[in-house]
Amino acid sequence: MELLDLAFYTERIIPKLTHGMIESLWLIIPASIIGGAFGIFMGVLRVFGSKWIKKIADSFVAIVRGVPLTIQLMILYFGLPNIPYLKLYLDPYQAALLGFIFCTGAYQSEYIRGALLSIKQGQIKAGQALGMTKFQIIWSIIIPQAFRKAIPGCGNEIIYLIKYSSLAYLVTHIELTGEAKILVSRTFRPTEVYLIAGCYYLFLVTVATWILHLLERKLYIPGFGKAK
Amino acid sequence: MTTLLSAKNISVTLGNRKILDNISLDMNAGDLKVLIGPSGAGKSTLLQCINHLIAPDHGEIYLEGKKINTNNNKELCHLRQNVGMIFQDFNLFDHLTALDNICLALIKVHKLSKTEAQKRARKELDRVGLSNRAGLYPAQLSGGQKQRVAIARALAMDPKILLLDEPTSALDPELVGEVLLVINDLAKNGMPMIMATHQMDFVRSLATEVLFMEHGIIIEQDSPKILLAEGAKTRTLDFCSKLNNLKDGCTILG
Repeated sequence: MELLDLAFYTERIIPKLTHGMIESLWLIIPASIIGGAFGIFMGVLRVFGSKWIKKIADSFVAIVRGVPLTIQLMILYFGLPNIPYLKLYLDPYQAALLGFIFCTGAYQSEYIRGALLSIKQGQIKAGQALGMTKFQIIWSIIIPQAFRKAIPGCGNEIIYLIKYSSLAYLVTHIELTGEAKILVSRTFRPTEVYLIAGCYYLFLVTVATWILHLLERKLYIPGFGKAK
Repeated sequence: MTTLLSAKNISVTLGNRKILDNISLDMNAGDLKVLIGPSGAGKSTLLQCINHLIAPDHGEIYLEGKKINTNNNKELCHLRQNVGMIFQDFNLFDHLTALDNICLALIKVHKLSKTEAQKRARKELDRVGLSNRAGLYPAQLSGGQKQRVAIARALAMDPKILLLDEPTSALDPELVGEVLLVINDLAKNGMPMIMATHQMDFVRSLATEVLFMEHGIIIEQDSPKILLAEGAKTRTLDFCSKLNNLKDGCTILG
């Protein structure tokens, strides 16, 4: 039976998809780190920035959240080179990475913003009363507390990122989904290829969840964040 | 001798309600002034205006005779470093241990090294009798312990004056004593303090001056001996006897 032809899996599917997964990781890991930092930065600006900075940051988030990621990737890859004077050409990897950083950063900034706003006024007053500057209070009191509160939401966003990284194939970057599509067009065996590709994503998400649990446990503070 | 700290003509208005109406206050070395009055009188607001946690609509703060320009962040931080504050609900940093709560400002504001800061923090924890709780987080401490850590945190900054905003009113009756004991020690060592409190025994024995506030103004202002003398016809005594009645009432019920 064709489905049980082991050599087909070990020689054709697994090596290609594994290569695709590594390409996906090259997108997911930098996008979640840079996008996470970008999200914290944007979140802080949206809460503590001056009126105009808030407006600019809010508009950026509104645009990124309001336009489908597919369209954003198309604009970054196919659109930018045609803009007069700018003529910015991004290679497929750069276009996909930039799109993911913007997207995940915008969503992360929402979680961070919510967490920042949930920090009790008393914590800030205590810092002020000790003579700390606004920057010191944000950096060593508000962000460490907000970050812990935001972990569950931010973790969720990383899991989404793993899955929407599959859109990179639309701008011709060959990652896991891209490899799967090529394999299918060569072998005409979509069932096996897509099922296994799905398992690869499931594996990535499981590992990410596990790492997030570890992080949560490492940053655990007795009694912190629990309702009194 | 120059006045340690003075607040001049402080006014705060919220909407069309006057929270503080043109209040002035001078603090000299050795002063322990107590603010008494019904809730909503403006005691908390006044204390927070002194270190500018609340920006008053009018009025100036002078530290050792020098007017503080509150638009200048540097001068503002300088004022706050010299004026320690104890809050009703402690406001310990929830994500830091007792020791790190004290170290944070020592490192960030006084620019001490981590080792120096920890050394100083341990000394202060020892002073409030909590050296064996250094590694615990706020959620693991009792209310009284939290407030003592908060006092240690304020003292570590070497303030010239301490503001205490009802430091014992969020505590269970059993825990009030341990905090008052610490404050008592400070008073005996001559730490100038402005304190909002309703602990009348404490007021009688230690306060150098009582300020009775209502509707944003100081109604009566004198030594506790005069305001709280038996048979005195003062608003302060009237208010305090109601506090006492309440206490007796509780005893009867209990």
